Amino acid sequence: MCLAVPGKVVEIRDDRGTRMATVDFSGIRKEICLAYLPDVEVGDYTIVHVGFAISKLDEESALETLAMFKELGILEEELGVESTEVGGTAS
Amino acid sequence: MKYIDEFNDPVLARRLFDEIARITTRPWAIMEVCGGQTHSIIRNGIDQLLPEEVELIHGPGCPVCVTPLGVIDKALAIAARPDVIFCSFGDMLRVPGSERDLFQIKSEGGDVRVVYSPLDAVRIAEENPDRQVVFFAIGFETTAPPNAMSVKLARDRGLTNFSVLVSHVLVPPAIEAIVGSPTNRVDGFLAAGHVCSVMGSWQYGPLVERHRIPIVVTGFEPLDVLEGIRRVVAQLEEGRAELENAYERVVRPEGNVPAQAMIGEVFETCDRQWRGIGEIPMSGWRLAPAFRDFDAEYRFDVGSINTEESGLCRAGEVLQGLIKPNECEAFGRECTPRNPLGATMVSAEGACAAYYQYRRLEGPTEVGVSVG
Ligand code: SF4
Repeated sequence: MCLAVPGKVVEIRDDRGTRMATVDFSGIRKEICLAYLPDVEVGDYTIVHVGFAISKLDEESALETLAMFKELGILEEELGVESTEVGGTAS
Repeated sequence: MKYIDEFNDPVLARRLFDEIARITTRPWAIMEVCGGQTHSIIRNGIDQLLPEEVELIHGPGCPVCVTPLGVIDKALAIAARPDVIFCSFGDMLRVPGSERDLFQIKSEGGDVRVVYSPLDAVRIAEENPDRQVVFFAIGFETTAPPNAMSVKLARDRGLTNFSVLVSHVLVPPAIEAIVGSPTNRVDGFLAAGHVCSVMGSWQYGPLVERHRIPIVVTGFEPLDVLEGIRRVVAQLEEGRAELENAYERVVRPEGNVPAQAMIGEVFETCDRQWRGIGEIPMSGWRLAPAFRDFDAEYRFDVGSINTEESGLCRAGEVLQGLIKPNECEAFGRECTPRNPLGATMVSAEGACAAYYQYRRLEGPTEVGVSVG
């Protein structure tokens, strides 16, 4: 839960007044809340913590960090992909 | 020095290690207060590769580990109720309460669900209007804005079946308590980068001034950690005590302003018990009075619960840097990640679990064994 993972914003939409995005983490896509980064655009990289974008970051640093997560085999874990109890998180 | 080859940039890692060795003339103790950094340090053997004079002390940087036993017991009591769907981050499931853990409640038929985001819990509440949905809102400052948003959205959407059990902890008061303690051995701190990405680095300036102690905002990747250590040692050797930011690609001095505003609206500061450490004044957040209707402690009567900690566990001393995990007699015997006696053995970010995962199982084939 402690680590925050960088991902790329691929789509932005409005859900009942809350700005939400689809964010791609090296192939794993998740629904992420953008309420705390109102100026993020499609194509930007952001650090995501428990489903929320918290800080922007440049592409190069983002890709380096993602590669490290993948290499350590902790990308899925940090993104909660194994938690099959909840339908929406496992995609 | 075989490990240096395993850094993602061994040349840069080597340069940083050499530089730290070159400038170090005296013993220094540096504390990290971030579970991600602790994990990174142990996994990469950074503590073993540093000059002998530089000691790393693993502070209370894992929120799972410091969540007080009384709160865990309250969570267990609520989760065991038949009318409740209890939602939690996955790493809380094996945290031992006085008698059981959430995992046991689940295997005995309790509806305990692991969520990735607090918003998942809100969605579950919307989908189950006839059940009570409780979210276990724990964590440091980084997790607080998401948790606050779940409460805000639940109120905006008129959900009467959603509540949160809140136990947030704050890093600066913990640093204050550690430096102010008569047993303090810490000469300089690495401040947790992701906490600062939300709260900004400005919070740490007063600590630097009051205690004349270097604090360097640091990321959690191995090279980030090394750079943070290098900067703290440089300050100490030069007799400086300053606030520095070694994680500028993520942390701005002012932090995330909308997130801080949401925290200010939904939470209020309170005294907080830290598991293994005791009460630290003004070191936590709880729900502000305006959101009391969403407080699980008020909704469910779990007022007085008698807590009992394992007599063997020395997690408190581990968290304060007084002993290393493998100096605890129960380490690796009575206490393992499968059967943890204390919370520091549960979470991958806890110091005991990190030691178990990377030091006791040192063979290269065993590294990477999951402690989940
Ligand atoms: S090894 Fe286990 S019993 Fe010993 S301090 Fe760590 S968590 Fe507690």
